[in-house]
Amino acid sequence: MTFKAKVNTAGLLAGLLTIPFLLAPIMTNANVPATAKVNTTKLKVDDKFVYVGQLHSATGTMAISETGSIQAERLAIEQINKQGGVLGRQIKIIQEDGASDWPTFAEKARKLTEQDKVAAIFGCWTSASRKAVLPIIERNNALLYYPTFYEGLEQSKNVIYTGQEATQQVLEALNWLAKEKKAKTFYLIGSDYIWPRTTMKIARTHIEKVLKGKVVGEEYYPLGHTQFGSLINKTKLKKPDAIFAAVVGGSNVSFYKQMKAAGVTSDKQTLLTLSVTEDELLGIGGENMKGFYSSMKYFQSLNNPNNVTFVKAFKAKYGPKAVVGDVTQAAYLGPWLWKAAVEKAGSFDVTKVANASPGIELKTAPEGYVKIDPNHHLWSKSRIGQVLPNGQFKVVYESKGLIKPNPFPKGY
Amino acid sequence: MDISFAEFGAIFAMQGFNGLSVFCVLLLMALGLAIIFGQMGVINMAHGEFLTIGAYTTFFISTLTENYFPQLLPYYFIIAIVAAFLTAGIIGYMVERLMISRLYQRPLDTLLATWGLSLIMQQLFRSVFGPKEVSPILPDWLMGSYQPTETIDIPINGLFLVGVTLTVTAFVYFLIYRSRWGLQLRATNQNRFMSGAVGINTKRVDSLTFALGCGLAGIAGAAFTTIGSTGPTAGSLYIVDTFLVVVFGGAASLLGTIASAFSIAQAQSLLEFFLSGSIAKVITLATVIIILMLRPQGLFSTKVRK
Repeated sequence: MTFKAKVNTAGLLAGLLTIPFLLAPIMTNANVPATAKVNTTKLKVDDKFVYVGQLHSATGTMAISETGSIQAERLAIEQINKQGGVLGRQIKIIQEDGASDWPTFAEKARKLTEQDKVAAIFGCWTSASRKAVLPIIERNNALLYYPTFYEGLEQSKNVIYTGQEATQQVLEALNWLAKEKKAKTFYLIGSDYIWPRTTMKIARTHIEKVLKGKVVGEEYYPLGHTQFGSLINKTKLKKPDAIFAAVVGGSNVSFYKQMKAAGVTSDKQTLLTLSVTEDELLGIGGENMKGFYSSMKYFQSLNNPNNVTFVKAFKAKYGPKAVVGDVTQAAYLGPWLWKAAVEKAGSFDVTKVANASPGIELKTAPEGYVKIDPNHHLWSKSRIGQVLPNGQFKVVYESKGLIKPNPFPKGY
Repeated sequence: MDISFAEFGAIFAMQGFNGLSVFCVLLLMALGLAIIFGQMGVINMAHGEFLTIGAYTTFFISTLTENYFPQLLPYYFIIAIVAAFLTAGIIGYMVERLMISRLYQRPLDTLLATWGLSLIMQQLFRSVFGPKEVSPILPDWLMGSYQPTETIDIPINGLFLVGVTLTVTAFVYFLIYRSRWGLQLRATNQNRFMSGAVGINTKRVDSLTFALGCGLAGIAGAAFTTIGSTGPTAGSLYIVDTFLVVVFGGAASLLGTIASAFSIAQAQSLLEFFLSGSIAKVITLATVIIILMLRPQGLFSTKVRK
């Protein structure tokens, strides 16, 4: 129609110029290693595509947390595809919904590994969901990239843990409280399940044995607990130098709103949490937590070129109001670490990729440089951020070097 | 521990107020359910989702005010409560007409249907408002604390909750025991056929009762945005406690609901203070179970000739 009429020399020239770009994929394909060579274990890989699985909760209670991870992994995969994919193959995602239900996670993991035969899975969020899929992943020799900071005490040749394990998150934070805030007495508060309990156990040992401090209270509240008045009064009675908190989910919002209403603000009480990222602050409201601290390896406000580019790309794809929390960033690392390992191994075979993983470095990570330890966890920096009223963090401390992951700490 | 007598007194006062505010939270959520369950015998598993509707209505109005009438921000909350009541009430009315009214005399089916409804509504919230939690902007006068002395902090949102609960309870009492409509409601509840025979439109009474119960849940949802979270599953955090209060109090009695909310709140609050959070919950629940074994009809029950 109008298009034909408007063809002129300029258009023709532009058309000619695009030909090399159109040819580019075909040309790289010529250099692509043969499928039979890079895939000896019957994974779903052909000459053009490699299939990976994505297994998070898009529905149910956990969707609140896992949505960020889903978005970050999709962004990373899209960017990798734009750069030409992995071993010349474009990545295709098979997305499954764990629906916040652990047996569903296990069932979907079985589908992804046995039926779809994906080359890698990016997924899970809670420890419960990871524990549910772990036996299936190991039996079928698949590969899982797990993004959440978690309690440690686990290591599998089939899992790469891209978040921090407990010692990385806890020890630096406690040292910082002792040194900068002169904290001697601590009140430990958590939701009642495996992650807070294990983490607090490590914290208590470190406080008592290393810092020679005192734990004046340690308490756990059922998941979904909404009334924290009594607890807040107890902290007023015990007057700890620092409150160390790992409350999660809807309880988190109740806890901080009620703290503020009871007059417990940052000018009167030091509080450091392990469970509040930019995502949680959306629900809590920055002004309700102003001045409190959070220990994470990543904050959206990190000022380095990698992160500026990453946040910009994330907002371009998911809207200007989107925020990036610690786990979202860790999820973003997954596909990139997998790409690097596959290229190092020169193969999609899970055993070869897993063996190639230790020592893999990522210089383009938004959090800064990271590398994979032989124990399949990441070396990363620990950081402490202070909550600003606008829902962002001001980074007030950063560990000097990378901290070695230590999922099985001795003496704790 | 170096604690002065005055400080001990302050903690005592604050802890007392804490018990009172937990009581108000429990009562506010239970009122709506007490009316629906107590007067109509319908077990509404989706009650928590009507609470969520109230919370999201508040968020919606907060955003609207922020963007279009920022000068009204200090006052929007009052409007939000009324809007939450109306929104939840209207949706409740439609649910009764379309679903509940077809399932009377089939309690188990109602249970299953309303549970399904609650799942549908949760996913609907997630699709419409997004899975992440939101926070309505709270007016400054609602946050912070009132300090009668140096060491006592009384949360203002707690005081606000107490006020809302008292008003709503008085309103419900008047409506049920002093108004003409309340008379019709109680008559229908006691003898449906006779009520019909004397010219009461019992179907209309049913719809309005259900709508009222849902509307009250909406008010609770709006009020709870000051102390809790606003997300797709926010309502489900409260549903177990709500049923506990209503069943423990005795189904058909407003006074029972009040007494039950009061005793559960005080027990919970005191136990939490002297023991730890999870243990407090266990002991409270165990006590309620034992009392219900001895007195299956609940604390208070209306005597009826069978």
